[in-house]
Amino acid sequence: MHIPDGYLSPSTCAVLYVGAGVGWYGALRRVKSAFTTRLIPLISVFAAFSFVLMMFNLPLPGGTTGHAVGVTIASIVLGPAGSILAISIALAIQALFFGDGGITTLGANCFNMAIVSSLVAYAAYRIIAGGAALVSRRRVVAAAIAGYLAVNAAALCAAVEFGIQPMLFHTAQGVPLYAPYPLHIAIPAMMIGHLAVAGVAEAAITAGLVAYLQSADSALLQRTSGGPASSPTSEPGSPHRSLRRLWLTVALLLLLTPLGILVAGTAWGEWKASEFSSSQGRDRIAAASQQQPPPDEAPQGLQRLSTIWTAPLPAYAPQFVKSRSVGYLLSAMFGTGLLLTFSWIVQSCLRRVATDHSG
Amino acid sequence: MTGNRALPSTLVGLARTFAHALAAEDLARQPGLLQSLDPRVRLIGISSLVLAALLAHRIAVIAGLFVVAVALALFSHVRLATLAVRVWLVVLLFTGIIGLPALFLTPGSFLVTSSGTVLPITLQGLNSAILLIARVETAATLTTVLVLTTPWMALLKSFRALRVPPEVVMMLAMTHRYVFLLAETAGQMFESRQSRTVGVLDRTAQRHMASRTAGVLLSKSIELSNDVFLAMQSRGFRGDAKVLTEFRMRAFDYLSLIAFVTVGVAAAWVGRS
Repeated sequence: MHIPDGYLSPSTCAVLYVGAGVGWYGALRRVKSAFTTRLIPLISVFAAFSFVLMMFNLPLPGGTTGHAVGVTIASIVLGPAGSILAISIALAIQALFFGDGGITTLGANCFNMAIVSSLVAYAAYRIIAGGAALVSRRRVVAAAIAGYLAVNAAALCAAVEFGIQPMLFHTAQGVPLYAPYPLHIAIPAMMIGHLAVAGVAEAAITAGLVAYLQSADSALLQRTSGGPASSPTSEPGSPHRSLRRLWLTVALLLLLTPLGILVAGTAWGEWKASEFSSSQGRDRIAAASQQQPPPDEAPQGLQRLSTIWTAPLPAYAPQFVKSRSVGYLLSAMFGTGLLLTFSWIVQSCLRRVATDHSG
Repeated sequence: MTGNRALPSTLVGLARTFAHALAAEDLARQPGLLQSLDPRVRLIGISSLVLAALLAHRIAVIAGLFVVAVALALFSHVRLATLAVRVWLVVLLFTGIIGLPALFLTPGSFLVTSSGTVLPITLQGLNSAILLIARVETAATLTTVLVLTTPWMALLKSFRALRVPPEVVMMLAMTHRYVFLLAETAGQMFESRQSRTVGVLDRTAQRHMASRTAGVLLSKSIELSNDVFLAMQSRGFRGDAKVLTEFRMRAFDYLSLIAFVTVGVAAAWVGRS
């Protein structure tokens, strides 16, 4: 998954350096404002641990071997900010000292493997583990699933970065200048190996490590357990403050939803069966498909399946609302409300199960 | 014992880390063109050449940069055999496998032989594969030459001079040191386990063993970080990292920097499509 120099265009590298820079800045600020002196050696040693862990060849079911990245255990023990820094440092040493992974692609590699992976691992672990006891088996399962998702999320990011290269960077004669495969080839090619091998390796090693820590030193799992005892050493900022920020971000995103109206044309592939028979609809499909004429009639599968379900708020426009902007906003609020309710119900159920187990 | 392949290959990987580090430190101390330059000039200069290789769209220009990389290696006493084994063959194999299907999958005009036979290879696919391999070979050669001729500590100092936050430089330095300590510890744990293993471990047992070893290593790492923290505190560390920077640029360094940047800019300019 280490992208070498030459596969990504300089502008892609620059954008991903900026993305990684934002992550590094945020992580460094959190670490500095919290407990710098203790965390500096801890992050350094964890970076070294992750580096060494990447050399462990793990026999996997099916006769193959793979190696873990160590990002999930770093997220579980250090929290996302510490993990971002530890894995970035391990990747920087690999690139600058061992020549593994490029210099220009260091931002991309850190963005995928340190930032995206850490955040996915942390979120998945916290959601699945819920409020389970530190020694609960559920935490082992949560760690395995978090590891699997984290590595595959990073691989998906790398695949998308590869896949957009031929679309954006090619000569007038159509010669791809960097990674040559479009998304429909890059994504399956990248994901098959990670879904089958690398994700399993990360899941296996993380589950093993969490099980080991539960028996040997369960206090290390305290920081990201979400329990009350974790507050003195947890990520800086009170939970209320973090939640307030989250709510503000959600509110801002909700307010920005009418921006979708500004986009000209229709999204590729999001067509109704009826659009294939109307001239305006056909024009829209052709415009979204680089002027390729659509088939004379809607594909049979689309015709058959499009009648199965009718959305209560079609095209984000409730019938009782005249303004499209207000309709968009209401749809966004409704959708977010549904998700929050669902999330609250799942959390309540998980918490109840955890209480039953620990009691 | 033949079934326990994961264990020896892990040991080989760990041993290779030490071998690589020793060879690089050894080479970085030898006299040579790049070794004589200020590390900041090396870092900025080589990075500008890598960037030029990325920006260039013409194969001839990238080939020119590759020649520059090889010349830098020769003048810095980096053996071509080392580059061939560590970079050229590996990149050719890895990127070649990735680039090969592009010959057939890239849309474009099919190649026709002199006898009129239409090949299933497109001109665009061929150009794309060559461009990819040439660019990756050139960038990897330049990076390896930089890595082999620059001691890690000098590289860290140049980061500090380039305004990288001191905490990050400190973490890079500490991590580099502990990589070897933890790799040695892991190697010893695997070796002792291997010496006590009779017969063939099944895959599940090997997996459990690797997980337990990683767990013990993690515990040792945490213990080590606590020891280091206490040592830092006892020496008065209060979170403010200081790194000594004693670099002094000479006229030759300035000239070299100008030469690097000029070559980089010229290559990027001439290499436009």
